[in-house]
Amino acid sequence: MSDMRYLPRAALSGLIDAIRDAGYRVIGPREETGQGGLVYREIDGVEDLPQGLHDRQEPGSYRLEKTGSPRYFAWANTASAIKPFVYAPREKLWRVVHKEGRIHFEPVERDAAKTAILGVRACDLAALELQDAHFLRGKFVDPYYKARREKLLLVAVNCSHAAATCFCASTGDGPEVSTGYDILLDELEDGYLLRVGSTRGAMIVADLPLQAATQGHLEAALAQSEACRAQQRVLPGEKDLARLGEQLESARWTKVAERCLSCGNCTAVCPTCFCHRELEVPALDGKSSEHWRDADSCFSEDHSYIVGEVVRHGTRERYRQWMTHKLFNWVPQYGRIGCTGCGRCTTWCPVGIDFVAEANIVLGLAEAPEPELPHVDGSEAAQ
Amino acid sequence: MSKPRVAIHKFASCSGCQLAFVNMGTELVELVKLVDLVHMAEVGHVLPDDAEMDIAFIEGSITTPHDVERLKSIREHSKFLITMGACATSGGIQALRNNADSAEWMRSVYARPEFIHSLSTSGAIANYVKVDFELWGCPVSVRQMLSTVRSFLFGVPPQIQREKVCQECKRRGNNCIMVTQGAACMGPVTRTGCGALCPSFGAPCYTCYGPAENINVGSFGRRLMGLGLTQEQVVRKFSSINNAAPAFSDAAKLFCSEPWMEE
Repeated sequence: MSDMRYLPRAALSGLIDAIRDAGYRVIGPREETGQGGLVYREIDGVEDLPQGLHDRQEPGSYRLEKTGSPRYFAWANTASAIKPFVYAPREKLWRVVHKEGRIHFEPVERDAAKTAILGVRACDLAALELQDAHFLRGKFVDPYYKARREKLLLVAVNCSHAAATCFCASTGDGPEVSTGYDILLDELEDGYLLRVGSTRGAMIVADLPLQAATQGHLEAALAQSEACRAQQRVLPGEKDLARLGEQLESARWTKVAERCLSCGNCTAVCPTCFCHRELEVPALDGKSSEHWRDADSCFSEDHSYIVGEVVRHGTRERYRQWMTHKLFNWVPQYGRIGCTGCGRCTTWCPVGIDFVAEANIVLGLAEAPEPELPHVDGSEAAQ
Repeated sequence: MSKPRVAIHKFASCSGCQLAFVNMGTELVELVKLVDLVHMAEVGHVLPDDAEMDIAFIEGSITTPHDVERLKSIREHSKFLITMGACATSGGIQALRNNADSAEWMRSVYARPEFIHSLSTSGAIANYVKVDFELWGCPVSVRQMLSTVRSFLFGVPPQIQREKVCQECKRRGNNCIMVTQGAACMGPVTRTGCGALCPSFGAPCYTCYGPAENINVGSFGRRLMGLGLTQEQVVRKFSSINNAAPAFSDAAKLFCSEPWMEE
């Protein structure tokens, strides 16, 4: 209990200032007015945070609602949080210059800015742990990822509600944050329960007007987390998922492919997906070339282009690759499934394919719903 | 070694692709160091259609019998022929006429229609001659054009992506406007190349770069109807700049033909 402190809401701006004074740029959730929804971008202060905004998520739909609440973190999650700040969706890896009959490789600057991310969730931190396993703990360390990862300060905020698409309770990754944070907040009606998880975090909060947390604060935070545990969607457990490899000829893959657009939005928003392609961008004069890395998707033809052939031509094979890698083949590679229950693949699928429902159907744990088409509110004015 | 000879030919089009070419800025200076730009009506270089070329870029669609003759002559005298933009690659917006009664239109507009020598269709270049490479877009992307020229100079196949606009949109960190607003964005069926320009400003994609690879027009069209579009509006969404690209004209036919949803 001694490590639990209380930060009044009025002092949240002090926390942001303290992070900035420690040399970090502060990335936080803010409303994206052009496209709608929330995005993680640089913020100047609390005035940029989405105060009183609440998210309503369904398969294929994300809407914000204004409430009178003074809370800044009364939403479940956004289309992306940590991933693009460590694994850049597009970056230059090196440059090659042709001179004096030889080619010379020139490295690019890898000096990352100190970056603090405010408002990350339990599912995001669990996903970051998986990205670390891939980029940092494999045979080859990714120096581009590493440079940014080492400059990261993480201020987590426990969820106060689960979206309809959330299922972190069934993957064991949430709703409460347990590890991987520098500072952890529980947002309450008039302030924040605050814990520190690292020396860096402790130094940042050292001069804040922290108060002793009361029993009432603790109980309120616990009640919020408990409420988040009641989630509509439940991913099959480890034992069931271990049977996924036997379902490669399931008729369900064909049914999914009838709806799937093969657009790759699911893989782009997935906080654990790390697939990429590399491409050469020569200068027009042909004397130098830049080598770039783009985030790629198993829903693109390039992804399975091997020795002159595209191996996975159709959507059936591509969707099957996505689900079986994420929920089955990931286990021998990284010791656990590659899904942390954030539900982004389901919310951000333009046709609302429900990843959890499909996994249950493929494994014979649920019946296919009728009708097959996603429910959509037709009253909405579309342009 | 002499520089490769390059021509930019124009057929039925708005000249926007040639303008994109002229507007490329300092890279145009670099380009003319590498190739001889010997024919381009937009900047005043005009050679006959039977001049020998290493690379012929073609802008515009084929709409008259005379166009067909010119095109055949260009093909015979060019080592590589590359289409440039939506008109040359799929027939352009003017291919909407392909579904109309051309003779009737002529009679209704012109007092003496017998003076008009026009085909009844606006056709893609590939309908008439062999095309070595296609550059989509309305207008074409200068970046893609230059990388294509560079690839030909190296003697390697051009590397132009056929993935959906969504991939580029997500790399830019955009929220999907279909999901946040219920917008009828054509990104999930449209080929990349524009850098997800419209959705980055909150506006729905309208198919400038034509069909992407492996698209699912049935599911996508049904979703648009779920978002509130009528069947006719779905047909119109596919019947835009690249309406005559087979994947889009098939989609339009699909949603013309069947009742997809009960009222």
